[in-house]
Amino acid sequence: MTRTTLTALLLGTSILGTAGSAFAQDKTITIESWRNDDLPIWQEKLIPAFEAKNPGIKVVFAPSAPTEYNAALNAKLDAGSAGDLITCRPFDASLELFNKGQLASLNDLPGMENFSDVAKSAWQTDDGATTFCVPMASVIHGFIYNKDAFDQLGIAVPATEAEFFAALDKIKEDGTYIPMAMGTKDLWEAATMGYQNIGPNYWKGEEGRLALLKGEQKLTDPQWVEPFAALAKWKPYLGDGFEAQSYPDSQNLFTLGRAAIFPAGSWEISVFNPQAQFKMGAFPPPVKNAGDTCYISDHNDIGIGLNAKSANADAAKTFLTWVASPEFATIYANALPGFFSLSNTPVQMEDPLAQEFVSWREKCKSTIRSTYQILSRGTPNLENETWVKSANVINGTETPEAAAAELQKGLDSWFKPAK
Amino acid sequence: MAGEFAQQKKPIRWHIAVFLAPAVLVYTAVMIIPLFGTLQLSLFNAENQQRFFVGLDNFRKLFGDPRWSASFWNALWNNTWFFIIHMLVQNPIGIGLAALLSSPKLRFSAFYRTAIFIPTILSFVIVGFAWKLILSPLWGVAPNLLDLVGLKSLFTPWLGKEEYALTTLGLISVWQFVGIPMMLIYAALLSIPDEVIEAAEMDGITGMAQFWKIKLPLILPSIGIISILTFVGNFNAFDLIYSAQGALAGPNYSTDILGTFLYRTFFGFQLQTGDPYMGSAIASMMFLIILTGVCIYLFTIQTRLRRYQF
Repeated sequence: MTRTTLTALLLGTSILGTAGSAFAQDKTITIESWRNDDLPIWQEKLIPAFEAKNPGIKVVFAPSAPTEYNAALNAKLDAGSAGDLITCRPFDASLELFNKGQLASLNDLPGMENFSDVAKSAWQTDDGATTFCVPMASVIHGFIYNKDAFDQLGIAVPATEAEFFAALDKIKEDGTYIPMAMGTKDLWEAATMGYQNIGPNYWKGEEGRLALLKGEQKLTDPQWVEPFAALAKWKPYLGDGFEAQSYPDSQNLFTLGRAAIFPAGSWEISVFNPQAQFKMGAFPPPVKNAGDTCYISDHNDIGIGLNAKSANADAAKTFLTWVASPEFATIYANALPGFFSLSNTPVQMEDPLAQEFVSWREKCKSTIRSTYQILSRGTPNLENETWVKSANVINGTETPEAAAAELQKGLDSWFKPAK
Repeated sequence: MAGEFAQQKKPIRWHIAVFLAPAVLVYTAVMIIPLFGTLQLSLFNAENQQRFFVGLDNFRKLFGDPRWSASFWNALWNNTWFFIIHMLVQNPIGIGLAALLSSPKLRFSAFYRTAIFIPTILSFVIVGFAWKLILSPLWGVAPNLLDLVGLKSLFTPWLGKEEYALTTLGLISVWQFVGIPMMLIYAALLSIPDEVIEAAEMDGITGMAQFWKIKLPLILPSIGIISILTFVGNFNAFDLIYSAQGALAGPNYSTDILGTFLYRTFFGFQLQTGDPYMGSAIASMMFLIILTGVCIYLFTIQTRLRRYQF
């Protein structure tokens, strides 16, 4: 099948759904996804690699816009016109699909043994008994820095909190660079790149997160308030007018070489690489005291599951097993540096920045974002509230203690931990 | 006579129904049915995908639960402030511009009229994005322009400060929509017959006094209409806040108005899943607020407005 007919089929399937298989001799399976940025990678690398090994199965990658994906997918699933394979958002969005019987259980899928429990946690029932998506990729938080700037100012990569603030002070004193590129306008930057980035070192990763789920810890405990206190100290190091600085503004400030440090998620790597004209490095969130165990947020972001009503379930399962294989992991992780495979088998990656990020998995303990599992099920929504509160704390309009108290109060209003 | 009259029954005037039908059908399908659907939905709730009737529980929650009611009153007050800005800034400026434009001595008035009206036809997304860029502390022209006149110290990241953000957005919206009151008043001013103006001039009323004593009373009904249009428009507003500040209407919900509050609740946002039942309750409240406002206007103000027939 040539590229043009593939495109035509892609268009066709988006209208006709799985009817495409009626006129194709081979079995055709369609993937629903929100990653429309990844279309060339699927068409040029992943799908040919799979089809070469599995003659008789044709794969069509049919993405929709990220903001429309959840709504469009739900509508298609309800109408029975969704593709065979469903790209899974982490946690509750996918869990709801499984509970509605729209995603099939993948417990007996060959290849699932390649993933750890933490990797699968985003696509499991609350009791962990059933997994319904194959974990594809995670993103890791840390700080990306301008290596040239650090060399020029003679700053060593900070490992502890004290060194971190000393470095920021030095950059600020010198005045050539804005010490840190972050704004609070879009709110989520403050929470995701701030609170969830540095937090795990304070609440000890999974230990704190699970204790919170069990109700043994509260957001008002010191280990949950301290990250807010650290964030409050960031304010003087952010650029002028950071209150109205949006996320693309921050990205541009950094890639234009005007800022020295960018609190980041690893997905920035593929964005920054072609844009930045200087050398970049990365360091994990600094620990409190030298020698402390470090914790990183290694957040499950993308999985892929099977539409329970798929007409080509066998072909789709073959594909899922392939997704669970090291071969897929290697192609995917290299095509999209910054989206790291969740497979237990280590993956060889070319990109030095991506290598740096993933190397932290060896020396630090991984956790996922504290607000994602279960805790954002009710109203008020803990994740969204954390966005607002983190921005407030950095803006200096609310104290860390008050912010944490408000969050806990909101959580208490609906969350009853299982004792 | 009487019997003859009864026999001459008026024929049923089918053409009225036929001509009204398209508008009535379309309006019913896209406005009236959804409206009652929303009102009905606000009386329901769902658990385990089972919908059941809960009476006024959603409203009880909206006003009784401290968090819901805090969000609601915050949004309502912000919305009221948004409306106040429009009434105090947009409408007086619109009237002033219309008065200037209708002056026969003004040259290029067609150009001014068009230029001032153009923002109104722009999309909210463009307006929100353009102003976000203009006011950006990093790349915006606002800090540079203020610097040119030596007022750089006055610049703050307005859209990022709790105390300024809503007022700033209100003024952006005024900038966008000032053309509407201007056009309506301009039309009203043009419809004042020359005889009235001439009679006023004969009596020695000219210039500003003529505007206050003759023209303004004659355009009061139009000002009433504009006020009610502003009211309905503001309490239904959503787009500008959403495109400039996002669905969370930051910083710290300081720009949250009923429209964004409804959107977040009904459709959900990020990890928050949508709650159509509470969303409908908010939508119903918005409908009631607007209905009350319009009724107050219709029954107390409009009936007292004197109309002049020429």
